[in-house]
Amino acid sequence: MSEKKHLFFALPYYLWLALFVIAPLVLIFYQSFLNLHGQFTVQNYLDFAQSSVYLKMTFNSVWYAFLITGLTLIIAYPVAYIIAQFKSRDFWLALVILPTWINLLLKTYAFIGILGEKGSINTFLRFIGLGSHQLLFTDASFILVAAYIELPFMILPIYNAIVAIKPSLINASLDLGASRFQTFRRVIWPLTKNGVAAGIQAVFIPSLSLFMITRLIGGNRVITLGTAIEEHFLTTQNWGMGSTIGVVLVVAMLIVMLLTDDSKKGGRAK
Amino acid sequence: MAILKFEGVKKQFGDNVILKDINFEIEEGKFYTILGPSGSGKTTILRLIAGFDYPNGGSIYFAGKQINQLPANQRQVNTVFQDYALFPNLNVFENIAFGLRLKRMKKKEIQLRVQEALALVHLAGYAHRELDELSGGQKQRVAIARAIVNRPKVLLLDEALSALDHKLRKEMQSELRQLQRQLGITFIFVTHDQEEALAMSDQIMIINEGLIEQSGSPVDIYDEPLNHFVADFIGESNIIPATMVRDFAVAINGKEFICVDAGITPGEQVEVVLRPEDLDITTVEKGKLTATVDSQLFRGVDYQIMVHDTDGHEWKINSIHKTTVGKQIGITFDPEDIHVMRKNETQAEFDARLESYQGVEA
Repeated sequence: MSEKKHLFFALPYYLWLALFVIAPLVLIFYQSFLNLHGQFTVQNYLDFAQSSVYLKMTFNSVWYAFLITGLTLIIAYPVAYIIAQFKSRDFWLALVILPTWINLLLKTYAFIGILGEKGSINTFLRFIGLGSHQLLFTDASFILVAAYIELPFMILPIYNAIVAIKPSLINASLDLGASRFQTFRRVIWPLTKNGVAAGIQAVFIPSLSLFMITRLIGGNRVITLGTAIEEHFLTTQNWGMGSTIGVVLVVAMLIVMLLTDDSKKGGRAK
Repeated sequence: MAILKFEGVKKQFGDNVILKDINFEIEEGKFYTILGPSGSGKTTILRLIAGFDYPNGGSIYFAGKQINQLPANQRQVNTVFQDYALFPNLNVFENIAFGLRLKRMKKKEIQLRVQEALALVHLAGYAHRELDELSGGQKQRVAIARAIVNRPKVLLLDEALSALDHKLRKEMQSELRQLQRQLGITFIFVTHDQEEALAMSDQIMIINEGLIEQSGSPVDIYDEPLNHFVADFIGESNIIPATMVRDFAVAINGKEFICVDAGITPGEQVEVVLRPEDLDITTVEKGKLTATVDSQLFRGVDYQIMVHDTDGHEWKINSIHKTTVGKQIGITFDPEDIHVMRKNETQAEFDARLESYQGVEA
């Protein structure tokens, strides 16, 4: 009886999974084996593997996602650590979360306003006599804006991991003769590694398939797999090839998840 | 020589004064207990010794050197924490080896010292267990091993047994005491449990509201509490207002009793302490006081009997013999069962007074 009840309440969840998770994945996988004329083929995969353009895009995607993730991690860890020490940490955390409530497109346009030819930074540079510079449509601006947008998703898991460390553990480490730095390396860092892994997943995976920021901020100078998918679906109408790239991205994400999944435990300190 | 000395130590957090004026000396190789109710400041004293907090006034000396601002990682003390504070990412061996690895000790030596420490806490063979495979008592032992493996001069134990169940706690009490004798390290144990303090310590310091109320051996403190707070806090007691008649005589409710206290001005208002286990129930004719039994509670080892005397005072009596509720009884006690306390007498004054008349008596 209870089995049936379980099934009844689980039904909406299963339906959701089937319709919005499994079905799209199956469709993408299926599409990736169709050519422009709807014939079943593995040509898309062969094209992908043989074309230097696609391989370069793949490399670009991974490389930029890596840079974005690295930059957010370098900023997020100290920020999370400092917020965790504050008495009013809920307030500071709210400041971190707040920007995620604003539409992505709006935030991106805000950066066009800041970085553009007539933007506030260039106005200021002209004012102090340094003249205008091309800030928008550069690799640096692309990475900066992408990192800004992904930052909260890196801070939150790391913050949670830091807050979960009992203060007595820090005291115990100092008590046993560890310096502040040794305490960080031997106690705090190992205990927050899971938070860092979660943060890397939350940032690296979306960064792989960014396309809007590459266009608006990167000025299409940076072409990633995300951009390629968009082009294939909307411009060249080659859904098969677009799906193939999609599958490649899904596989790349799975690899990242496997690499960052740290379920091993205990043993040596190093 | 004293290994550790507090001189007029003060500590406050904002406007909240935790320690007002703490003075004591700790000798090497003894078992000390800092005993007090929660919020009395006893854990703060421990944190000052460990170096987790620094005092706002006064001086702390360790082996003759002032260590007020010395960082925790440079002090020759180790702490056993109330919540064990074992590192969850490390197994038993690595937890215990933590301090030794920081000292860059050789692998072989570490191996040896860890095995030795594990044997001392009766956990030989547990080196490669993960923490979540251990019971609460075993974790406590690992925490103790992790501290003593560094061979500190002073070991601090912060409510170290309060997370354990009653039976295990009793076991650990005698083991800790044994361990302390074996190692010869000074133990400073913080607890709110007076039974624990009496059972384990060479010296007890009773602390209340940021001041030391009394310090001494368990027997001294139990038999000769300095004031109302100590008498009430340590053991069970009947505390009754009384008047000193002359040396070796005190009046309770106008009735005169022989006692063993002297050196107090005749006519002075005092309090007398009578321990419930020192009171005996007898017939009304043989009793020094007459009382009516109000209630009786069986507690396993004895009965706790509440009575009220003809003047309306409540008395608590612990007896292995049963009585009947509502019955008229007599209460009897010996002169040495009465302990007289003066109001606002300091420990130094008390000691001086005791010396003066005990000299006369002998």
